[in-house]
Amino acid sequence: MEDLLRQLAPRVLGVLVRRGADFASAEDAVQEALIEAVARWPEGMPSDPQAWLVTVAWRRWLDHVRSESARHRREQADLDEPPPGPTESRDDTLHLLFLCCHPALTPSSAVALTLRAVGGLTTRQIAEAYLVPETTMGQRISRAKRTVADEGLGGTGDLGRVLRVLYLIFNEGYQGEVDLAAEAIRLARELADRADDPEAAGLLALMLLHHARRPSRFGTDGSLVTLAEQDRTRWDTGAIAEGIDILHRALAADRLGEFQAQAAIAALHADAQSADETDWPQIVGWYDELLALTDSPVVALNRAVAVGEADGAQAGLRALAEVPDGIPRRHAAHAFLRERAGEPDRAAELYAEAAARASSTAERDHLTRQAARLRSGQPR
Amino acid sequence: MAKYLLLKHYRRSSGPTALPGTDVPMDQWTEQEVADHIRFMDDFADGLRERGEFVDGQALSPEGTFVRYGGEGRPPVTDGPFAETKDLIAGWMIIDVDSQERAYEAAAELSAAPGRGGEPIHEWLEVRPFLTREPSADA
Repeated sequence: MEDLLRQLAPRVLGVLVRRGADFASAEDAVQEALIEAVARWPEGMPSDPQAWLVTVAWRRWLDHVRSESARHRREQADLDEPPPGPTESRDDTLHLLFLCCHPALTPSSAVALTLRAVGGLTTRQIAEAYLVPETTMGQRISRAKRTVADEGLGGTGDLGRVLRVLYLIFNEGYQGEVDLAAEAIRLARELADRADDPEAAGLLALMLLHHARRPSRFGTDGSLVTLAEQDRTRWDTGAIAEGIDILHRALAADRLGEFQAQAAIAALHADAQSADETDWPQIVGWYDELLALTDSPVVALNRAVAVGEADGAQAGLRALAEVPDGIPRRHAAHAFLRERAGEPDRAAELYAEAAARASSTAERDHLTRQAARLRSGQPR
Repeated sequence: MAKYLLLKHYRRSSGPTALPGTDVPMDQWTEQEVADHIRFMDDFADGLRERGEFVDGQALSPEGTFVRYGGEGRPPVTDGPFAETKDLIAGWMIIDVDSQERAYEAAAELSAAPGRGGEPIHEWLEVRPFLTREPSADA
């Protein structure tokens, strides 16, 4: 029943918001309806659980608004004139996602609100996942709700913003009791099912393809395992097949975007039975597309590494020369290419420098080990 | 969404020099100035809580002891306290914010705490990003 409630809660919330309820009090009303469901459903399931929840939540919301307006008479004016809502045909969950990714919200606020309102996670779970106190996360969420309520329903976020928020959630990784990556996939799936947009599909494909490699990304001691060294038999072939299938259908729409291009690169990696069989020339081609779409120095950096694989270390180093200094992981990529070019001493120095600049402990430790390996004269 | 440590020093032997006239020790302020300063710090932390950015904040005793491993079966070796230690950390605050820019903005706000004469102390705060545990999934 818990799963069902979690699945239904955002839809019910979406219905209330569409009917003109403000975000914060609508959520309170949905919570009350859920509590009532937990108490009453064990005695007998309603035939249409969602309709039951909508009815109860709507009644709660009206009760709440009436008691409020009794206190604050002037609010009656707002009630008489419901705010302009979206058209009835728009999907409520989708609308809720757009609302949670409102342009007036900062990325971290949009992430927190999305996980709370659409993901149905508790504040405590979100706080734990982001390693902040529960009160802090509670504040972040209620502030976000107020912002959305104040800004009104007019300027909801665009699809690109929703995609970026979901990707942020996905990238946050795996800490606490909640698997944020799996949560992001769940949300991306709901979005892709409803939005009918190749980039939404591209994002879902990208997430599935990355997630499929997750079991092999870390050794038993928690150390980082590079793509080339991962045990490919541990990749989730089901998720890979699904990701590739979704990607192919997205690409068929012939409206290429950033997430589709990234997914295409991930698919080419996933397709290779061994690292040696990787189709690097085609990966470079996709990086060219991605670079044309984003003009991002991070993409240029990854492209340089791919060029190093496709055309040799010297070609990779020439491509790297075009990447500005100060880009995260530039030293690590440089070290990798120098080692390939037969310069182990220079590579060791660069690995040590890269370790000092790493933004995660897993990367720092991995890069330190590379420097140590080269300094003790061992080949890769 | 990144965590930053705002480090507050009692004394420093390295880093930038304090603005002239701003490094008057707190015990030479008036009682009211001290009270105003402390209140500012509390309000600052409350402001961060309200924004959903506060993670932790602690003050440290100025006096500490150095401790190291003493060998198999031996008690820890201790040394100090050293009254003349040049670098003393007074305390810290950990914030979880959207950007480095926002972290700097918060540190600057903290550095504007009132000191003698109610003027901002312009104290240098050290801002250091936390390392995450894992790289992002696309690494």
